[in-house]
Amino acid sequence: MTLHNGKLLALCVVTVIVLFGLQFVLPPYLTLALTRILILSVFAMGYNMLMGYTGLLSLGHAMFFAAGLYAAGLSTYYWGVTLPVAFVLGIVGAFAVSLVIGLLALRTQAVSFMIVTLMFAQAGYLMTLQFTNITGGDQGLTLPTDARSFGLFGMVVDMTSDTARFNLALLIFTVVLAVLFAITQGPLGRLFVAVRENEPRTQMLGFDTYAIKLTAFTVSGTISGTAGALYGLMFGYIGSSFAGFQNSIEALLYTLIGGPGTLLGPLLGTAVMTMLIDRLSGITTAYLIVIGVLLIVVNLWFPKGILGTIRDRWLGWLK
Amino acid sequence: MMDLAPYLLLAGLEGLVMASVLMLTALGLSLVFGVMRVVNVAHGEFYMLGAVGAWACAQFVPGHPALAFCVALVVAPLLVGVLAYLADWAILKRINYDPEGTIVSTIGMLYIIQQLTLMSFGPDARAVDAPFYYTIRTPWFGYSSYKLFTVVMALVLVAGLWVMLKRSKWGLVMRATQFDRETAQNFGIPVNRVYSIVFAIGAMLAAIGGVLVVPNQQAHYLMGGDPLLLSFVVVIVGGLGSIPGTIAAAILIGMSDGLLSVFFSPTAAKIFSTLLVAFVLVFKPEGLFGRSNRV
Amino acid sequence: MRVMNKGQNRRSVLAGLAGTGLLMASPGIIGRARAQSGDAIRLGAPFHRTGIGASYGRWYERTANAALEVINAGGGINGMPVEMIVEDDGTDPKRGVELIEKFSAEHKVDAVFGHLFSHVAAATAPRAGELKMPYFLCSEAHTLAAGGFNRYCFQPSISDVKSQVSSMAPWISENLGKKITLIYPDYAFGYDHRDNMTAAIKAQGGEVVADIAIPPTETTFTRYMPRIPFNTEVIYHVMVGPAVMTFVKELGEHLGSNRPEIFGFIDSLEAVDIGIPQLEYLEGTHFWEGHARYAQADQTEFDKFYREKVGVDENGASVDDARDISTYAHMFSVWETLFAMKQAMEMADYKGPDQKVAFLEAMEAIEGFEASNEFPQGEKLFNGKTHQSFAHQNISKVTDGKLEVVYRTSIEETLYEDETDYTQMSF
Repeated sequence: MTLHNGKLLALCVVTVIVLFGLQFVLPPYLTLALTRILILSVFAMGYNMLMGYTGLLSLGHAMFFAAGLYAAGLSTYYWGVTLPVAFVLGIVGAFAVSLVIGLLALRTQAVSFMIVTLMFAQAGYLMTLQFTNITGGDQGLTLPTDARSFGLFGMVVDMTSDTARFNLALLIFTVVLAVLFAITQGPLGRLFVAVRENEPRTQMLGFDTYAIKLTAFTVSGTISGTAGALYGLMFGYIGSSFAGFQNSIEALLYTLIGGPGTLLGPLLGTAVMTMLIDRLSGITTAYLIVIGVLLIVVNLWFPKGILGTIRDRWLGWLK
Repeated sequence: MMDLAPYLLLAGLEGLVMASVLMLTALGLSLVFGVMRVVNVAHGEFYMLGAVGAWACAQFVPGHPALAFCVALVVAPLLVGVLAYLADWAILKRINYDPEGTIVSTIGMLYIIQQLTLMSFGPDARAVDAPFYYTIRTPWFGYSSYKLFTVVMALVLVAGLWVMLKRSKWGLVMRATQFDRETAQNFGIPVNRVYSIVFAIGAMLAAIGGVLVVPNQQAHYLMGGDPLLLSFVVVIVGGLGSIPGTIAAAILIGMSDGLLSVFFSPTAAKIFSTLLVAFVLVFKPEGLFGRSNRV
Repeated sequence: MRVMNKGQNRRSVLAGLAGTGLLMASPGIIGRARAQSGDAIRLGAPFHRTGIGASYGRWYERTANAALEVINAGGGINGMPVEMIVEDDGTDPKRGVELIEKFSAEHKVDAVFGHLFSHVAAATAPRAGELKMPYFLCSEAHTLAAGGFNRYCFQPSISDVKSQVSSMAPWISENLGKKITLIYPDYAFGYDHRDNMTAAIKAQGGEVVADIAIPPTETTFTRYMPRIPFNTEVIYHVMVGPAVMTFVKELGEHLGSNRPEIFGFIDSLEAVDIGIPQLEYLEGTHFWEGHARYAQADQTEFDKFYREKVGVDENGASVDDARDISTYAHMFSVWETLFAMKQAMEMADYKGPDQKVAFLEAMEAIEGFEASNEFPQGEKLFNGKTHQSFAHQNISKVTDGKLEVVYRTSIEETLYEDETDYTQMSF
């Protein structure tokens, strides 16, 4: 197998090494913030798979994030399964949900697709409220103490330790990055892009575009759910606000800012937005206004995002 | 527990009130989609601004609350209309009404309007006096006469809109633009201006809904969410862009929401209606009423 | 030419974004440099500035500022000034959890206080325990006294729902009626009311004939009213959220003059003016009040002092704006909690986070508080094992559009058997 796009691979490796090194220089709060950024950027990377590479704009990815979060969190909360098993269950749950929703939603296109994903996600959010006696609804559930650590290969990993959390998040991030590199830089990724650029032509060339889109949709939803499962287990709290509209919009925004259709864009976008919101929340209560302003500004003058613009101008391999 | 008949009567009344306000807000959304082929996600925020505008009028207009109410009914929608006109000019026109871009931009507008209201109006819910108070008493329950008044108002306004669309020159221009943008342009219709005005009218309809509803409820910066969702439901079930379909769907959804949420939990009723929208779009994209309308 | 402009435009946006990046990183570093122990006591205050708890949050903040002014004017705590870092939690449990991490890791505060809404507190408390962060609730939630939290969580001022409700039930069944319809918000706080009231009224030989749960974000309520059975003798209501006034108004419209007795928790009307025409029907109905909103005939000098410092007039409204009604029945808990923390810190001669355990052990050793300027709501018993305070509760009747206290429970009436012992847990 030949290696495509060695420059991008090198950049990814350097990024991971730098991220690893950051924990030794950053103050504790920023390490914690970076942990959260890594997990949320996995979410955004999943979103980018669909929106950036395949050109399908979903407004309901919180549904997949929440599917992973609840499948993982509830199974450890009620059945007491160990965290690694719960994590796998979370991924399986997100896979199942994204496959079913994908089968339905992909019958529609463009604006209808956006509304359908929005409505399914809204129904999912409302269900977390409807079944409060299971999900804890608005209040959510806090995972019990024995679900805050796990043993693996004789090692005990403590979820309340900042170092353990950071490195675990980085590990999952790296794995997802590697998987996405393989997908996007390989033949499957070219098919995704072909659908984005010209679906009828791809169809005419003999490809089953519905199947291609369904693959992209399921991969995208499963990765988003992986982020959800990780988030829930790592921070020990699951609640319905993760399933809300705003969470879907944040994934969209992270991707738009960083650069849709670039591998590292979501990481950059998530980092910029998370820190911006965290800083602003100390200054004004209306900090969500920045989301609104950026959505409009980026859409108007900056539709390729940060890395997308750099790619178009200077570094063509940055995709 | 109440007997079934009065129970149904109450549910019916509530459904009627809801249907009538919904008819106004959903018509705004439907008109914008019908003519411009874009979805305005900030629609609920225009409704909220109408309510907040009514509150502001109540603060500044002295005398009887009915006076402030009448002023609000004119001033609030006008201001909201101007705002929408400007938003169309500053944003939507520049992205050339790209359908997906418009959704992203109007989500941005949603956050900006909401948060600016939070910064100026504050996070509290604020009450506005109704123009009159009279409780209609039945043997089983009492009912606010103002709520019935909103039904009458909504019907009058919808009838007015209908006449304008069907009889006036403006209506003709709008319908021509809706039917075929390029031909309309060739006939000298200033399509861009029509778009801005349609966007403003759509927002004004939502704002009127807000003004009418605020004496029953209270003005609050987050109140736009539910009407947006329900308007979506109505517009899609009724068939995107179809005015008669929208009216029929508003009545259906309003009444069934009233009934469903009396017998089941309101959350269950909302789950039902959101799933209805999703499945209608997946399996019957032309809506439950009327023929296909070129989506 | 156009294209060039566009390019420059993009580049300037790029530059702007890079600048923003620097800006974002910097306060984090500055914030860390500022947070050095020993020069001041720092308290994290996650208030409900926005979201469904906003009207409470605003007044909690005002009350906290007033209390800190008094504390700092009197020399602070152990010679150190007290600083408060306020963040908005949006009345959102998710944000609540994130904020306690921020307070702990970035601001390095000595303690966190001020959460009210029980769903936010319930999500935050376990994380506070993990972070070993002293966490003081002003929330009424019974979860703490039921043993649901951990040794770092305290509620030294406001009584919990169980003690409020169980002290109201005997009075309700003796004076108003025995067949009760409950109307409450559909989440943990409401369930506390439902469960405790159902048990307490049963103990009095009465019964709950219907219970109606309403989502806290609901905006219209008429549709729920038909569920009130005709044989109801007392409607018991406790609502929260931005639409409380609509709820009370629609309840009145629905019932008319031929209504059953009504007993409400003032939560249904916190921050709402009772004297408006739509609420006339409330005349003669009863309310629980943690702290009496209207200055009573036998007002203590402590209450007078507290009102003056917070800026509240004798009708419970802001002195600057008579239409701005406070959340008077709850917000005393912020004031008193700060003074309780001060007392415990002084007992432990607290200088910084190293003495966290000594501070909390001192708190557990406190047995109660006397009525004073520091505790204007009145005397209270503090139970070091359950970390919960018990205080007098008020029942007020709406008379001429004002709330008049008609019964004040003894502290004994609010007590129940201990359900946990946090002192047996490790720190």
